[in-house]
Parts: sequence; C-alpha cells; structure tokens
Amino acid sequence: MSELGWIDAALKAARPQAMAALLRYFRDLDQAEEAFQEACLRALKHWPGQGPPRDPASWLIFVGRNAALDDARRRQRQVALPDDDVLVDDEDAEATQAERLDNNQYRDDILRLLFICCHPELPATQQIALALRIVSGLSVAEIARAFLVSDAAMEQRITRAKRRIAESGQEFATPGAVERAERLGAVAAMIYLLFNEGYAASGGEAHIRLPLCEEAIRLARLLLRLFPAEPEIMGLAALLLLQHARSKTRLDADGAIVLLEDQDRGRWDADLINEGCALIDKAMRHRRTGPYQVQAAIAALHSRAKRPDDTDWAQIDLLYATLERLTPSPVVTLNRAVAVSKAQGPEAALALIAPLAAPLSGYFHFHGVQGALLQQLGRAEEARIAFDRAIALARTPAEAAHIRLNLDRLQKRG
Amino acid sequence: MLYAILCYNDEAAVEAWPKAKDDAVIAHRRQVTDRLAEAGKLGPVLRLMPTTAATSLRHGPDPLVLDGPFAETKEQLLGFYVIDCASLEEAIETAKQIGASDTGTFEIRPLRYFSAGSLQKEPV
Repeated sequence: MSELGWIDAALKAARPQAMAALLRYFRDLDQAEEAFQEACLRALKHWPGQGPPRDPASWLIFVGRNAALDDARRRQRQVALPDDDVLVDDEDAEATQAERLDNNQYRDDILRLLFICCHPELPATQQIALALRIVSGLSVAEIARAFLVSDAAMEQRITRAKRRIAESGQEFATPGAVERAERLGAVAAMIYLLFNEGYAASGGEAHIRLPLCEEAIRLARLLLRLFPAEPEIMGLAALLLLQHARSKTRLDADGAIVLLEDQDRGRWDADLINEGCALIDKAMRHRRTGPYQVQAAIAALHSRAKRPDDTDWAQIDLLYATLERLTPSPVVTLNRAVAVSKAQGPEAALALIAPLAAPLSGYFHFHGVQGALLQQLGRAEEARIAFDRAIALARTPAEAAHIRLNLDRLQKRG
Repeated sequence: MLYAILCYNDEAAVEAWPKAKDDAVIAHRRQVTDRLAEAGKLGPVLRLMPTTAATSLRHGPDPLVLDGPFAETKEQLLGFYVIDCASLEEAIETAKQIGASDTGTFEIRPLRYFSAGSLQKEPV
C-alpha cells in the first residue's frame, strides 16, 4: 500500500475514538471536527517521515486539542507560536501520558459520540447521515451519493441535524448503568437502520449500497469491542455479517433481485458467514435472547443450508415465532409466513397473513408475498391483483422488475 | 530450529483496509509461504477472526469464562493449540481440560483461515 494508504486506514480506524475524546473536551461537534481535521492534516505531514505513532488515536487527540487551544490563544494574543515541528515533536511521549484514558472512559466517550447521532428528535435518515459524517468520517459528497440527493441538500440536512443537537444540550456527564443500556439500545438501532439503508435502499436506482453496509459492520464491531459481553450486540454484528455475506448474489447482472432460493450459494462470503456464526455461538451462551440474536440465528440457518432444500424451515418458523413474541409486528408475521409456507404449505401461510391485509395494505412486500402464495395455489387472477398492488408500491426499479417477472410467469401459464 | 512468527497489528486499521489491499497483502505473503511449503519448511498457517469473536478462559479453582480477547499486559504469549470443535461450548470445555490446575488465561479464538502446512519433522 502507498504511504498515504496506510495513513488513511490508520486515521479512519482512529477516528471514532479521537472524535469522541475531542467532543468531550469541546462539547461541540463543529469544534471537535475542526480539531480532528487539523490533527489529520498534521498527521499527513508528519507520519510519512516519522512512521505511525504507537497509539494513533492518542496522538490525534493530543495534537487536535493543542492545535485548537493554540488557535484560540493566537486569536487572543496575536503572539508568535512555536512552529509545527516543535508542537508535534514531543507529542508521542506526552500524548500517551495525557491520553492514556482507561477503557471505561473511551467506552463512554465513543458511546456518547454515537448516541448524539441518535437524538430522538432527529428523523432516522438524519441520524444515519450524521453518524456517517461524524463517526465514520465520510465526506458530505459521499453521503449525498449514498442517499441519492444533491451535495447541497445533504450539507443542509447535516447542518440542521447538528443545530438540533446543539440546541438540545446533550448530556456530557458519565452515564449511569441504566442510561448506558438505553444509549446502547438506541445506537444499535441506528446501526441496524444504517445497514438496512444500504441493504434495501429506500428509493432511487441503487438497490444495494455496499459502502453503507460496510460502515454499519465497522460500527457494530466497534460497539462490540466496547461492550464485549452484550449478547444483543453480538447478535447485531452477527446479523449484519450474515446478511452482508450474501450481498454479491442478491442482484443479477442486470440489477434484478435474485431470491434467496435462486442465489448462487458458492458465491456467499464464507469468511463473513463463519464470523457471524461464531458470534451467535458466543451470544447463545448468555441465554438472554433478543431480537437481533433471533434474526441472526435465522440468517445463520439460511447460510448453513448448502442447497435451498436443505433449509431447516421448521426451525426458522420457530425462531420467527420467538421473534413475534419479542417484537410483535405485522412485518415479522409476514416474514414468518414465508417459513410457514415452506414447512406447512402455502394454504397455512395465507391464513397466517390474512389478518395483515389491513395493517400492511401499503407495504410492498405484503402484496408480493401474498401474490406468490396465491400463485403457488394456482389462484392466478387473485395473484395478478396482488402483484399489481405490489408494483404500485415498489420503492426501487429492482423491486418493481422482480414483481413484473412474476406477472410474466403468470401470463405464460395463463 | 522451528520458529513461530506471530503477527500483530491494529485490528481496526486492518479492517479499514479496502479489500484490494487485504488481497494484495495476502498475495505477497503467499509468494513467500508457497516457496517454503515446496521446500517442506512451512508449518501451520492461520488467520484469526477479529478479537470480537474471542472468548477468554481464566484458569483457577473455579475457571472463569469471559467475553472478549485476552487483555492483560502482565502475562505473555507462551504457546497455543489448534483444535477442531463443533461449538464454542465444546472448545471451552476442551480448554478447561487442557488448562486444568493451571494458572494464566487461554484465549479461545475461532480461525478465519487454516492450512496445516508441509512441515515433516519429529517433535522438538
């Protein structure tokens, strides 16, 4: 890798920790960002010659904070300052002492940084955009591209989100146990949303946006490193890894959706599947089940089936039943219906989703699943009506194209 | 003399590598190890899963299972085993048996990649 390559990776890896500590100092997102940017500029200048510091995050925190303080002093007194080299030269020894915070402090810092992005007043898309900007360090242009909006619109969205947070007066005291657990839950939900935003894009052309999925996985791993004994965080990371393992096979060359049973399982990413399964294994030992763990277990059962016919649908049905109990929702029941149709047949599945017609009347997948079940039962006319409704509700061209394919099949048979 | 080469790096930084970079590093290493393998001088090669997949077992009269990697700095790496188990539970049980009546800690980490190598040698 070129020199800048490793520096880039080191800066990216150190960013959450450094930003989190700088935010604790300045209690202001913009100031913390400026200080971090300044520290990165100096890193780009000094690291190529000196090699990377032993602890890049501490270096960035120390240099970023001092640069900001010097800047403030400069503005106050207008005196000459030591030049850059003097400022940075003795940094390593001092930085490690000044910033060798204990793990608990780092943990609360980073959790706070992530949690700030999850402010309840912010709509989900703003939470995600803010996390990508502040925690992951993606540029506004990159985030705008991921959300398929203009740079200016994204800039405005992020600025507005920051203002909301500044006005709300975020809590900077060390959180208590209950508060920490609440924050952890909110952050996990935000990471899950971020992944889903990449996995099933909620509009526009690109159906899967891999960089968003990859960022979500990075954040889930970060969270798991901070909270290594939380089974739901293990479950979240496992779920994302297992879903992501299939991403290359979910669309064909023309961008059309390939259903799970039609995917080329040989192209699923074995490394990610193994890691996901290892995390579920760890989580299960705690015997404290939760929605992420159950969903991950379902994904794992799919991953372990060498062929679609090997899928343990009965077990998947049971897991969905557990999920229904933990988080009752029509969407969960709809997903369960697919497992029921495989384990018990389309008739049983259709009966299961009949009560969902009202609550899910505006939901693309409901009409898609209903159409497929009716099709299996040979009720072509009803299937056609369901598919027509689905197409009208499709959020991406790929979703619409997939349903059209089903309609074509109906037509050929009819 | 047999030598073990233990690879340390910043895990988060390595995770931030683009795939092309990771592939390039592995490809370079393969060039070297393939040569060694042909000469019968390559023992087991393995890549560990991230520390997030690790579980630790602290030995003692009442062994303690902890989530996460071995994190203390007062102890040093003295050796390792590679075992094939059906589950983490079985791996922990095996580790308990191996380390019974010991002190210290075993970190149990699933492998991402394993090759047995070509080394033909009497036990040292």
